[in-house]
Amino acid sequence: MSLHYLNTAELHSALTEGRLSSRQLTTACLNRIEMLNPSLNAFISVNADQALLQADRVDEKRRRGERVGVLGGLPLALKDNICQKLVPATCGSRMLQNFRPPYNAHVTERIEAEDGVIVGRLNMDEFAMGSSTETSFAGPSLNPWNRQRTAGGSSGGAAVAVASGMVPLALGSDTGGSIRQPASFCGVVGMKPTYGLVSRYGLIAYASSLDQIGPFSRDAFGAGLLLQAIGGHDSRDSTSIPVSAPSIEEIMAGVPGKLRVGIVDEHFGEGLQPEVGDCVRQAIAELEAAGATVSKVELPHSKFSIAAYYLIACSEASSNLARYDGIHYGHRADQFSDMTDLYCQSRGEAFGPEVKRRIMLGTYALSAGYYDAYYLKALKVRRRIREDFDRAFQSVDIIAGPVAPTPAFPLGEKLDDPLTMYLCDIYTISANLAGIPGISVPCGFTSDHLPVGLQFLAPELQDSRLLQAAKLFQQRTKWHEQHPELS
Amino acid sequence: MSSLSYTVIIGLEVHTQLRTRSKLFCGCSTDFRPDAPNSQTCPVCLGLPGALPVMNRKAFELSVRTALALNCRIAEFTKWDRKQYYYPDLPKAYQISQYDLPFSSGGWLEIAADDPGEPVRRIRITRAHLEEDAGKNIHDETGRGGDSMVDLNRTGTPLLEIVSEPDLRSAAEARRYLEEMRTLLLFIGVSDCNMQEGSLRCDANVNLHIHHADGSKTATPIVELKNMNSFRNVELAIEYEVKRQASQWQKTGQKIGDVPKQTRGWDAERGVTFAQREKEESSDYRYFPDPDLVPVVLTVQQIEDARKQLPETPAVRRDRFQNQLGLTAYDAAVIIDQGPEMTQYFEHTAQLCGDGKTAANWVTQDILRDLNAAGTPVSEFPVTAEILGTLLNWIREGRLTTKSARDVYSVLKEQAASGQSIAVGDIEVIVRERKLETVRDTGALQAAIAAAIAAKPEAAADVKSGKHAAAGPLIGMIMKQVAGADPKAVRELLLKTLADS
Ligand SMILES: [Zn+2]
Repeated sequence: MSLHYLNTAELHSALTEGRLSSRQLTTACLNRIEMLNPSLNAFISVNADQALLQADRVDEKRRRGERVGVLGGLPLALKDNICQKLVPATCGSRMLQNFRPPYNAHVTERIEAEDGVIVGRLNMDEFAMGSSTETSFAGPSLNPWNRQRTAGGSSGGAAVAVASGMVPLALGSDTGGSIRQPASFCGVVGMKPTYGLVSRYGLIAYASSLDQIGPFSRDAFGAGLLLQAIGGHDSRDSTSIPVSAPSIEEIMAGVPGKLRVGIVDEHFGEGLQPEVGDCVRQAIAELEAAGATVSKVELPHSKFSIAAYYLIACSEASSNLARYDGIHYGHRADQFSDMTDLYCQSRGEAFGPEVKRRIMLGTYALSAGYYDAYYLKALKVRRRIREDFDRAFQSVDIIAGPVAPTPAFPLGEKLDDPLTMYLCDIYTISANLAGIPGISVPCGFTSDHLPVGLQFLAPELQDSRLLQAAKLFQQRTKWHEQHPELS
Repeated sequence: MSSLSYTVIIGLEVHTQLRTRSKLFCGCSTDFRPDAPNSQTCPVCLGLPGALPVMNRKAFELSVRTALALNCRIAEFTKWDRKQYYYPDLPKAYQISQYDLPFSSGGWLEIAADDPGEPVRRIRITRAHLEEDAGKNIHDETGRGGDSMVDLNRTGTPLLEIVSEPDLRSAAEARRYLEEMRTLLLFIGVSDCNMQEGSLRCDANVNLHIHHADGSKTATPIVELKNMNSFRNVELAIEYEVKRQASQWQKTGQKIGDVPKQTRGWDAERGVTFAQREKEESSDYRYFPDPDLVPVVLTVQQIEDARKQLPETPAVRRDRFQNQLGLTAYDAAVIIDQGPEMTQYFEHTAQLCGDGKTAANWVTQDILRDLNAAGTPVSEFPVTAEILGTLLNWIREGRLTTKSARDVYSVLKEQAASGQSIAVGDIEVIVRERKLETVRDTGALQAAIAAAIAAKPEAAADVKSGKHAAAGPLIGMIMKQVAGADPKAVRELLLKTLADS
């Protein structure tokens, strides 16, 4: 049987028991990348030599009977905004096309310490701004289920790589849905952990108070394993919470007791494509059949979440991206008349239209005279959204609903219509605003055979509960074992 | 034209680099290394993508200490804000600073008035806040149009900004404020205040209140003065600016609000201030809370603990030197203005010799003179406080005359100058070798007195009859006989002997 679609637990035990070497598995992944990437465009760069070296190191450790880390030689890939020493981190932007960070992100160090094998770097929307991976300077990643469709975004490359069996695991980042939405579009598991559970040190920032690194996998086991490897306190990130990540044993132990599931009316209202709604409702019925209780909860301020999100995210982005000035690193224009012109030309040439749009929006929102009406107001909404969740989670353990209003949409459909594109994040954004964890789990297909995702949200630091619920769902369904036809 | 009457209004912004080993938000060294540009940098202070700041608690501690010494209120909740502007020496394109919730506010610093007879002046401090320093742009000064360079060694060094109210009324007063501020910062050990290395910098906001015949006043436009790299230049620049503004008022009649706030630099060579090009968009820094940092929360208890641990301020120490050690206000000020090292030298000396006044006399005269002549700091002065204090104690105990002690001091310095190391024990050796010890053996002294009276009977008779001036030659003879005799004791014994005879 081909290795590409073995579930992560099987791959992990095959490695652990020595039935499979990390070199064999890594080689298989590299071959598949070589075969599929030219058409799917999931990877921006692949580091085969480095990956095989690392795989051999892990195999050698195992052969000598030394302790092997929790990742046990599993190959994986990183979104192109996560720093890896001296490996280009482009962020999907011409601005950083030749930028090689001189240091490792915290998660990169953790993966190396836990014996993961990094095979390459994944395509993304430019600076993680987008919901389709179409704003990447490297061109869009294509949805493996239908190549006329987008992969979702901004971590589209990661979703495609996992869905097409190029790698069993990947890391993405989620600022407003950038892990969960592409996971939903590509039919894989994607998780945004609690804000502060995974260190952002070495994650190239889009919106600092919302960005969170998280795992992609085809199953809850893989996501849990990778979260265990990368999660936990890091003193280099002031917003890192001093706790450790949930262990894979804790996750695999399953839901303790009866799961109380909350549903929100607004998640099933106007804008939700009926077929998506049907899949999600069926999934919730499946949970009920498994013994869960389902009740309604209210999130009255969630209707303001998109407005609040775009003000906060763009404000922070306008500041975070100001450093790309053509002076210290990154793209510098060839022609300029003076210092100010150097800034203008360099930024003008290297940023794409969506990035420019968000920088301008954020700059405006932070300007004197507008700050109170926009940024400050958005922060107040954000507090209300958080309070809504606190109240809702008094009566339920998790909230279940759709990840996105539609399945993967056609390439180019929304690229010139930013407002419609922004609505892709309508169900995912409030988790980022509230700092709570969320996960997307495959829960069915539309009549066009496009995957649909089910979203679970849990209270802050209840990341294990989220994964336990995902595991429960995957025990009873086979959606995650469906794979796109690829040749 | 009638002469113009006005009040000078000055507020100062002092920036001081805090003496921490590492930078404010990363672990890089804060050493001044202009010789090795960009050697003290890391992803955080280079502002590289993905790097994150973590606050240096030591820097915050030193800031709180300073604010407490300046009698400020300490906030229980303070946050970090991004001040955004583009400049090549600012690699993140924002400076992490504090905007609307600084960690301290509402303090004061007392300085002497222009007229020493007047009571001290209390200058109010608006606020003190902590921020990160920027790097340095280095331009080709050969005139050949070479590339400009950026040195980021200084980027991220903790910088405390201390803003005064516009309470200063003269250039001399502004200078005294800076001197007192510097002394304070040195004494509480928060900064080395080296203006050449840029660890103490100052901007001044200056304008005039013009007095009219009817008693009303008009404020002239406020000008911000920059690039003044010494206290003397601050004083000169303000003096110049006051005159310039007065004549500008007479020429244009412009009052505050008529023109935008102007920034002027100081040209020390030509002795003039000049208008600087305004920083573009400088009016809107788009401050907002830095999402990469968490607010700093202090409990009342922590603030009180910091207050208890506050070192003695120069003002308190000046009082103590006067009240406990009997120093004059002048001597106390002279010693303390020399800085903490000299003050410690004095205190140690005074403690060993047991007499503050004698210690002060020696320190403010002999020691300061010799230090200035040698151009060395007191820490490198061979006659340590231990040696000097012991020597002065010999005077107090009557074992040495002041004159002999000066001789010993000279010998000690000569020995040190010739490369010998000197120690407390050398005092005894020198005194013995040179027979400098005060003779307390009255037998020898009596014999010498008798011999002198016998040798100069006329002089002795004159003295006995009340012409005390005639005692000089007799005392001289006696002193020649008995080296190390205390002239005062000799004189007393001579008079007594003659009176009794
Ligand atoms: Zn540094």
